[in-house]
Amino acid sequence: MTEISHDTPAPRPGLSRLLPPPPLFLLQPVLNRVVHRVARLHPSLFDRLGPHRTARFVIDARGLPFVMLLVPDPDNLVFRALPRNREPQGDARIAGGFFDLLGLVDGESDGDALFFSRDLDITGNTEAVVCLRNALDDVEGSIAEDAAGLFGAPGRAILAALRRTGDRRGGTS
Amino acid sequence: MKRPELVCPAGTPAALRTAVDAGADAVYCGFQNATNARNFPGLNFTPAEMEQGVAYAHARGAKVLLAVNSFPTAGRFDLWREAVDAGARFGVDALIVADIGVAAYAAEAHPDLRLHLSVQAAASSPEAIRYYVREFGVRRVVLPRILTVSEIKDVKKEIPCEIETFIFGNHGLMVEGRCSLTNYVTGLSTNMDGVCSPAAQVHYDKEADGSVATRLGDFTIDRFGAGEQAGYPTICKGRYHAAGREDAYYAFEEPISLNLATLLPQLMAAGVEAFKIEGRQRSRAYVRQVVGAFRGAVDQVLAGEDPELADLVALTEGQKQTQGAAGSKKWR
Repeated sequence: MTEISHDTPAPRPGLSRLLPPPPLFLLQPVLNRVVHRVARLHPSLFDRLGPHRTARFVIDARGLPFVMLLVPDPDNLVFRALPRNREPQGDARIAGGFFDLLGLVDGESDGDALFFSRDLDITGNTEAVVCLRNALDDVEGSIAEDAAGLFGAPGRAILAALRRTGDRRGGTS
Repeated sequence: MKRPELVCPAGTPAALRTAVDAGADAVYCGFQNATNARNFPGLNFTPAEMEQGVAYAHARGAKVLLAVNSFPTAGRFDLWREAVDAGARFGVDALIVADIGVAAYAAEAHPDLRLHLSVQAAASSPEAIRYYVREFGVRRVVLPRILTVSEIKDVKKEIPCEIETFIFGNHGLMVEGRCSLTNYVTGLSTNMDGVCSPAAQVHYDKEADGSVATRLGDFTIDRFGAGEQAGYPTICKGRYHAAGREDAYYAFEEPISLNLATLLPQLMAAGVEAFKIEGRQRSRAYVRQVVGAFRGAVDQVLAGEDPELADLVALTEGQKQTQGAAGSKKWR
């Protein structure tokens, strides 16, 4: 994987594989389960992505200590968290407040409105982002709920708490 | 007062169901190809999805209007013919057409299927509208967004068909159906390929100071300062340097949305039969909020009450709204 080097030097690849940062180490299997569950529940999502299903989307939920890499390829799904100083090279980059991005995958926010208000930044392959946005928006219900459902009652409780916080803040991070 | 039809956008099957559930009387949508003027990546309906969408809407008393509203060029007519035939086969309630060849084919092949004249046809005079009614049996005209309420009322008196007017959404009118700016820059036509500012040619470059430059193809069409509201990346909404102007300015149109919520009573009194909400490229969240707000407002006007209008400015382009020509001929 090609990575962009930021201020902090990246750890040696071998070392990083052996000793991933603890929070990301714990997060990785969770993200993996989430993306596979969403893919299993909503296979039609991939049809809308068309040629962009192999695109690499870097997702920056501002305020989180890491960025995420999504490759929505049904044959090789990738959803991974990476430290900010090892941000991967992507075909497109989507940046926004955590609660705004949650609103998008929750079906409660409008991507164009977030773009108009400058709460959402898009760079790179715009067509891939538009495809991803439209594909996610055609998913009935809430992807956030699907993901939370993976963890039963505690997962749903956490999502409900996040939604309440997001409502109070009016989006953003 | 006659109950006007609330015509709502759907770019995806989920948006169609959202619109119907939010109170749409009719939903308009199109296929995933150049036959519809919102031919955007990842958007629109497969034939199977269209058939299912029609069934969903009809089961709940709502109509489906199929937009086949772009202009075929020589050698490509089969695609438009197939779209018209598929719409008829799936039982859509009307076809929205702009091209006279498509209108003629639909009228001949499916004489019982309603034809609506798309805003893309830019028919705003009684003479033009009567031509479409006489030649193709058009039952409704979607008026271009260039008329005042008073002019709409006058047109209504002189035409033998229904009137549909836009009440909310994108306001990039130019001369509707005849925009060639995108074609000039990208080689793709809004009118013939259904794509305005093809996303593959749109690029946003974020600068270190937080500003963002919008590029379409090889042209920079706007630059938003950090925190400044943004608009769609279309040439008609771009800012340009011009002789005699110190700063870049909106030479054609501004990023702003139409909102005729407060004019609903006057439009209904003028005899408008259908209200259209723009936004097939928008999300389910937009559809749910805007359709719900206008469903409530229209019903309140019909009940003789003052409509309580939800604040929709957060959903507008550039976070600004206007009554456009409906409010005043001086909309720019």
